[in-house]
Amino acid sequence: MREQLNKIRERAEAQLASLENMQELEDLRVQMLGKKGEITSILKQMGSLSAEERPKMGQLANEVRQNIEQLIKEKGQLLKQAEQQARLNAETLDVTLPGEAHAIGHKHPLSIVLDEVKDIFIGMGFQIATGPEVEWDYYNFEALNLPPDHPARDTQDTFYITEKMLLRTQTSPVQIRVMEKQAPPIRIIAPGRVYRSDAVDATHSPYFHQIEGLVVDEGITMGDLKGNLMQFAKRLYGDNTQLRFRPHHFPFTEPSCEVDVTCFKCGGKGCPMCKGEGWVEILGGGMVHPKVLQNGGVDAEKYSGYAFGIGLERLTMFRFNIDDMRLLFENDIRFLDQF
Amino acid sequence: MDLSKRWLHDYVDIDVTDQEFADGMTLSGSKVEAFCREGKDIKNVIVGKVESLERHPDSDHLWICQINVGQAENIQIVTGAQNLKEGDVVPVAMHDSFVAGGNHIKKGKLRGVESNGMLCSLGELGLTKHDFPYAIEDGIFVLGDDCDKTLGMDIHEAIGLDDIVTEFEITSNRADCLSVTGLAREAAATFGGELKLPVPEVKNTHGNVNDFLKVDIDEPSLCYRYSGAVVENVRIKPSPRWMRERLRASGVRPINNIVDITNYVMLEFGQPMHAFDLRYLDGNHVIVRRAKSGEKITTLDGIERELSDTMLVIADENKPVAVAGVMGGEYSGIMDDTTTIVFESAMFNGVQVRRTAKALGMRTESSARYEKELDATGCVRSLTRALQLVEELDAGDIVGGIIDCDRSDKTPVTLPFKPEWVNSFIGIDLSADEQKKILEKIDFKVEDGIITAPSFRNDIEHQADISEEIARFYGYNKIPDRVLSGVADGRYTDEQTLENKLHSVLTAQGLDEICTYTFISPKEYDKLTLAEDDKLRSCIVISNPLGEDTSVMRTTAIPSMLSVLSRNYNNRNASAALYEIAPVYLSNGTEELPDEPDRVMIGLYGEEHSYFTLKGIVEKVLECAGISGYDVQRVSDSPIFHPGRTAKIVLGEDTLATLGEIHPKVRENYSIGTRCYVAEISFDLLFKNRGKERVYTPLPKFPAVTRDLAVVCDKTMAVLTLEKAIRAAIGKTLDSITLFDVYDGAQVGFGKKSVAFSLKLLSKERTLTDEDADSSVKKAIKALEELGCSLRS
Repeated sequence: MREQLNKIRERAEAQLASLENMQELEDLRVQMLGKKGEITSILKQMGSLSAEERPKMGQLANEVRQNIEQLIKEKGQLLKQAEQQARLNAETLDVTLPGEAHAIGHKHPLSIVLDEVKDIFIGMGFQIATGPEVEWDYYNFEALNLPPDHPARDTQDTFYITEKMLLRTQTSPVQIRVMEKQAPPIRIIAPGRVYRSDAVDATHSPYFHQIEGLVVDEGITMGDLKGNLMQFAKRLYGDNTQLRFRPHHFPFTEPSCEVDVTCFKCGGKGCPMCKGEGWVEILGGGMVHPKVLQNGGVDAEKYSGYAFGIGLERLTMFRFNIDDMRLLFENDIRFLDQF
Repeated sequence: MDLSKRWLHDYVDIDVTDQEFADGMTLSGSKVEAFCREGKDIKNVIVGKVESLERHPDSDHLWICQINVGQAENIQIVTGAQNLKEGDVVPVAMHDSFVAGGNHIKKGKLRGVESNGMLCSLGELGLTKHDFPYAIEDGIFVLGDDCDKTLGMDIHEAIGLDDIVTEFEITSNRADCLSVTGLAREAAATFGGELKLPVPEVKNTHGNVNDFLKVDIDEPSLCYRYSGAVVENVRIKPSPRWMRERLRASGVRPINNIVDITNYVMLEFGQPMHAFDLRYLDGNHVIVRRAKSGEKITTLDGIERELSDTMLVIADENKPVAVAGVMGGEYSGIMDDTTTIVFESAMFNGVQVRRTAKALGMRTESSARYEKELDATGCVRSLTRALQLVEELDAGDIVGGIIDCDRSDKTPVTLPFKPEWVNSFIGIDLSADEQKKILEKIDFKVEDGIITAPSFRNDIEHQADISEEIARFYGYNKIPDRVLSGVADGRYTDEQTLENKLHSVLTAQGLDEICTYTFISPKEYDKLTLAEDDKLRSCIVISNPLGEDTSVMRTTAIPSMLSVLSRNYNNRNASAALYEIAPVYLSNGTEELPDEPDRVMIGLYGEEHSYFTLKGIVEKVLECAGISGYDVQRVSDSPIFHPGRTAKIVLGEDTLATLGEIHPKVRENYSIGTRCYVAEISFDLLFKNRGKERVYTPLPKFPAVTRDLAVVCDKTMAVLTLEKAIRAAIGKTLDSITLFDVYDGAQVGFGKKSVAFSLKLLSKERTLTDEDADSSVKKAIKALEELGCSLRS
């Protein structure tokens, strides 16, 4: 019996060494240790042994059993590792294949830039006002110190609906509408669509967007206008940005200015984009004309204010290096998907 | 306004480079667009003399010339021109030179004979016969006595093609700067040079102007001043070179001495001038009156124009001879046989001139100036200047005296001098003295605390205007920047917040945002196959559109979306998923402004899209607005949409959206060769019906029970109807209901379909038992049977 047990052990060891998978291992375990297994059948013969032999054989049989169990467990771990490794090997991917994703859409480039502008001004305590696009001549011109037959009306070729109703040529009428509704302090921007009778080409469109700004309070000076626009320009174009203020004329501001920003392409050295000047015009503004304040119902003796208007298409075209305004309104997805 | 540097320097001494001049003027308010030297592309062209010329041996039209260019040896040049003779002094483009247009001239051989350059015509110097009337167009420019004939001299200097021309953009409030003297004043104030304006005078006259001319102003409110003078024995000839040069530099073509004088004075003082031939002035009488309705005049440009009684004319006793301030009549012009002329220097009402010019569709140099309101005090000075030039140019004999009908208001504009106010408005600290100095530089008077504006500054009316004058000469860029202070409430409104959220949700669904014109063609409504009386057709109409394509304000944004889908389809983009949040314009008649409600537009085409992908996106939009419990109703009567694949979203009284596949006929009208899907959602109604702020609901304490339920019903039965019946039958125990199968194969019978739901049942109070669940399902089955459904076996 001792011999039998030792043989079983040797056989188990030999078979284990040549085993290759978990199934064979399981078969071996059943064969050796199962209810009908070899060790069990040997243990069943214990009854025929002497009382003296029985404990010794029992002990030996247990040792062999434990021994084999241990070996099977170890082999099992090895096989499991090997099998996992094989599976991992088999599962290897070309990790460079393109990812699969649900497509995310793109905001229009004009919206992307407008969002930036809005965030900057909201951060400076501005609210966002709106006004109608089909507007009265009064708000678009007269209240802004542009009476009928004013020569400056020529610079804004106007689409008329009736003699008194028109498509607004600028976002400035929102100034009057806001002042009519709200007492100072006022701090708003008013982005929106505007219309001028300009034929379509690479830099003109009869339909475009402006962003109006208006600040009215006690003691507002031209220095505030400058500081505010400087802050805006630095946030939009970076801290190295410089502004240049040039005197200009708008009927609804006095003094008026046009504002140039250091060319964002060449940093002011001069390049084709800024036509060698180093400066690019981005907006117009000035101190709100006292007549305009009065037309908005604001006491011009007590309050002063500044206003400015920014062309959104211009900002956007500069930002993304777009050389033809028509692309913005053609809406080809090969264009839209670039932003 | 093109300014000649040479002319400017007659009136002001400034010593700055051209770049400094441009920058300085721009920063003091006269914006320089560009400046350049005349003939700057002409290089290495010098003065030479034809010493000899002989025929080319192998050509019957070429000449071989020996040219003396002031160097030790003559140079040989072959030319095809036939107008040369020995001794002619001509422009010589040397070897390696450039002529107008950038043509590079190099030595070479012409039919075997060496030619070391080129002799130039006027055209090759960028000039015309107007610049040198004695030269011929199709030959070499032979220099006349008005040129410097020093051999070897650079041609620019020799013929005066070396002025610097600065191009200004003058704003509409500064008509005074549309003149050399006006800009000289600005330049003097900017750079500190002395301003020396001419005071014109005439030395020799004869006779009395009143014997020649009578002037009456019938409309003093439209013509403030009319001054006139007469010149006899006019000698029409070209003007001298210096005058031609200045006109050329100013962008005006020289014609003859009299015409040139009127243009010269206009450029110098900004005062439009006119010259009439006295022969055609019936009764030698100028009457400034309104035109008679239907009266006709043929203007100098040869066009016959019908006038109306709102227009002002210069007339004689029988007929109009000029449209006041706009253009003269054809017989009033100067001709070669003109002997006696009348110079007009007048002041008209700007609005009047502007309206007339607009009505006649002829904007002239003169009307563009008058409409900005000029300075009536300058009329006589300008007239005298014209006479002075006549004398100087020996262009005629001046009749003594001038006629001056002056009805102009000469009350000057005065304002209190308030330096403190200016300082606090601009944000600077400039002493009263310094402010006074600035104002005096530009001809304002400051005395006894009162500022008097000069007569030519009709734009001054308020302290703010004074502050601009101070600020622009102080320097805008020197004003200290101040950062906004104080607490302010910067935020988006609730509407704006919802709009921002919608953008996020729509782009997250893979849609690209588009930006479309809001005006469209009325034909778009035909393309949508709308009925003639469809109310979408009643839109805001632009009275002066650029073209039909952009002539009405859209009442629906569907055409805009379809046009963009079409463009993408026809640009061969395989699919597109687009959105836009933009307004439509709903007319309220002509007495009220229209409503401009925003629409959320969605448009799709391509293999991956269907009615259901569109509906899925619309559902996300509704979810984004916190809207639930809406009804989806079939729409089968819209001409725009597919009758079987269109729905509207209804909540109570409100129709929030219409969505569906575009009708094949409409699709065809837009040249879209594949199915496409469009939704139009009302932003206002989304906002109105938006959900309240979200509140946390505790997680369920008891487990849910799930039951599946499959029924067979008529194929036309809407799944939503079944869903609603189940919800109503089970009540609040029904936590959620999910459709997981719809099947209409043969097994369920013709005209039938099988619909399977998964029901999740949940109680807040206890764990539901199987009996509870069975009872709920039974209720649901009963409700479904009442709708004609049977349980699927």
